[in-house]
Amino acid sequence: MFETKLFWSIEFWSFRFVSNFDFRISDLHEVMALIKKGKSFKWHRKHLLGLRELSSEEIIYILDTAKGFEQISTRSVKKAPPLRGKVVVNMFFEDSTRTRNSFALAANRLSADIIEFTEKASSVSKGETLLDTARNLEAMGIDIVVIRHSAGGAAKLLSRNINACVVNAGDGFCEHPTQGLLDVYTIRKIKGTLEGLKIAIVGDIAHSRVARSDMWAMTKLGAEVIFVGPPTLMPSWASKLPVSVSYSLDEVIEKVDVINMLRIQFERLGGNPFPSVREYSHYFGLTLERMKRAKPDILVMHPGPINRGLEIESEVADGRNSVILDQVTNGLAVRMAVLFLVNQARAQQGKEAKHEKRIYPD
Amino acid sequence: MKVILNSEQIERILKDLAGRIIADTPNELDIVAIGIRSRGEILAQRLSGQLSQQLGKKVPCGTLDITLYRDDLNSPQGTAQPKVRTTEIGFDIDDKIIILVDDVLYTGRSTRAAMDALIDLGRPKAIKLAVLVDRVGREFPIQADYAGYKSDAEPGKLVQVNLVESDGKDEVIIE
Repeated sequence: MFETKLFWSIEFWSFRFVSNFDFRISDLHEVMALIKKGKSFKWHRKHLLGLRELSSEEIIYILDTAKGFEQISTRSVKKAPPLRGKVVVNMFFEDSTRTRNSFALAANRLSADIIEFTEKASSVSKGETLLDTARNLEAMGIDIVVIRHSAGGAAKLLSRNINACVVNAGDGFCEHPTQGLLDVYTIRKIKGTLEGLKIAIVGDIAHSRVARSDMWAMTKLGAEVIFVGPPTLMPSWASKLPVSVSYSLDEVIEKVDVINMLRIQFERLGGNPFPSVREYSHYFGLTLERMKRAKPDILVMHPGPINRGLEIESEVADGRNSVILDQVTNGLAVRMAVLFLVNQARAQQGKEAKHEKRIYPD
Repeated sequence: MKVILNSEQIERILKDLAGRIIADTPNELDIVAIGIRSRGEILAQRLSGQLSQQLGKKVPCGTLDITLYRDDLNSPQGTAQPKVRTTEIGFDIDDKIIILVDDVLYTGRSTRAAMDALIDLGRPKAIKLAVLVDRVGREFPIQADYAGYKSDAEPGKLVQVNLVESDGKDEVIIE
């Protein structure tokens, strides 16, 4: 019950701030002012909770930093020492292959020690709360918590209550910031910039944290985002966001530069959002037939895992426009950058905070 | 502010360093120049140009980013936050004579970090250190093999190397 309440409160919070939605212009001014002054930008966040709260400058800083980490994975010694002696906990309350292993490998490549935590094999199954679990782990001297949870706002809740850095690896339907970052990283690497690109995000928008994080990152970097999906999978709040909405993939396929096909998340679907899998695939699947009408240099993306033949045909997923595996490769560099940066911010916030005797707030 | 080296002197020093490096290195060994970001990068390019000219063959040049190997990453730093950038070494360093190039050798900490970074890339035959300014104040047991100018500037002073490519003008100043 507690978790449901938390989810709604975060949702409510999202609505409230949408009204004063002018980040692109103000951020741009800020960046220009900084460039003029020649002042160096400083990363100060010890948590990465979502992309909504980041400025375009901060997003670009992460992407630029990630570039420096890419080559670690291609050289003979695939390890560098910046997180030596640090402990990273992979706290996953939902199943995951890519994100979990990517974070683990990223931590390993930066020489951190990593603790794998799964709900089933832990005291959570005995009824221990999220905060108690995290505080107990923190008492053992951990430095960074990577958390995935089915409740929106779980990462935020954790960040307010522990001293360690918190990195959100997906919370409910809210955000999946590192996925959003690796998606824009992949696009930027190939297209050079996101400025002026038209990007379609197709499928189960309502249940997708990837759609939200992507949308924040892409619009902040100057792209135009179109949400595409059946009305039953289109959230009502979409109209309050800086995106356009379309209910027909055929209408948008010809004009987009990038298309991101979301997975139909059967585990989250309630009711009957579409009559049959076949019908969904007919109207919203990315088929070879549809690809013929797309721009020749369109980038086909998918956050994985793929339902082959449902949202995307195998021939398209493995085709020459597909960057699905590049996304996975780039994810590693982006996650290394994120772990490095949050740890840097924590180190800079001084040693006194580390030794401060903490009295837990309510 | 005092100018200790001007543009002509810098050029002469690089020419002289290249000559000394060639004299010390047996003919059959391959020399490569690797500069530490960001001033070392530019100096390495110029030095490799000199070496190529004097040797009559191309001396490859690369750039090393040492941020991930710094020893102060986990202690609070002042205003300057180290930014991770790319290492660009487009050749194999195994069995090469690496001329590691930096603008100023002072505490020796950057050099230590650079050596660790290089070892993660392969096993060179030797690493030689070439610097434009060799400044007093070492904190690590590290010395330059080739130094252009020796400075005894006191600890509080700033020895700044300006180069055309990054600062619009070639000069070394003490503030």
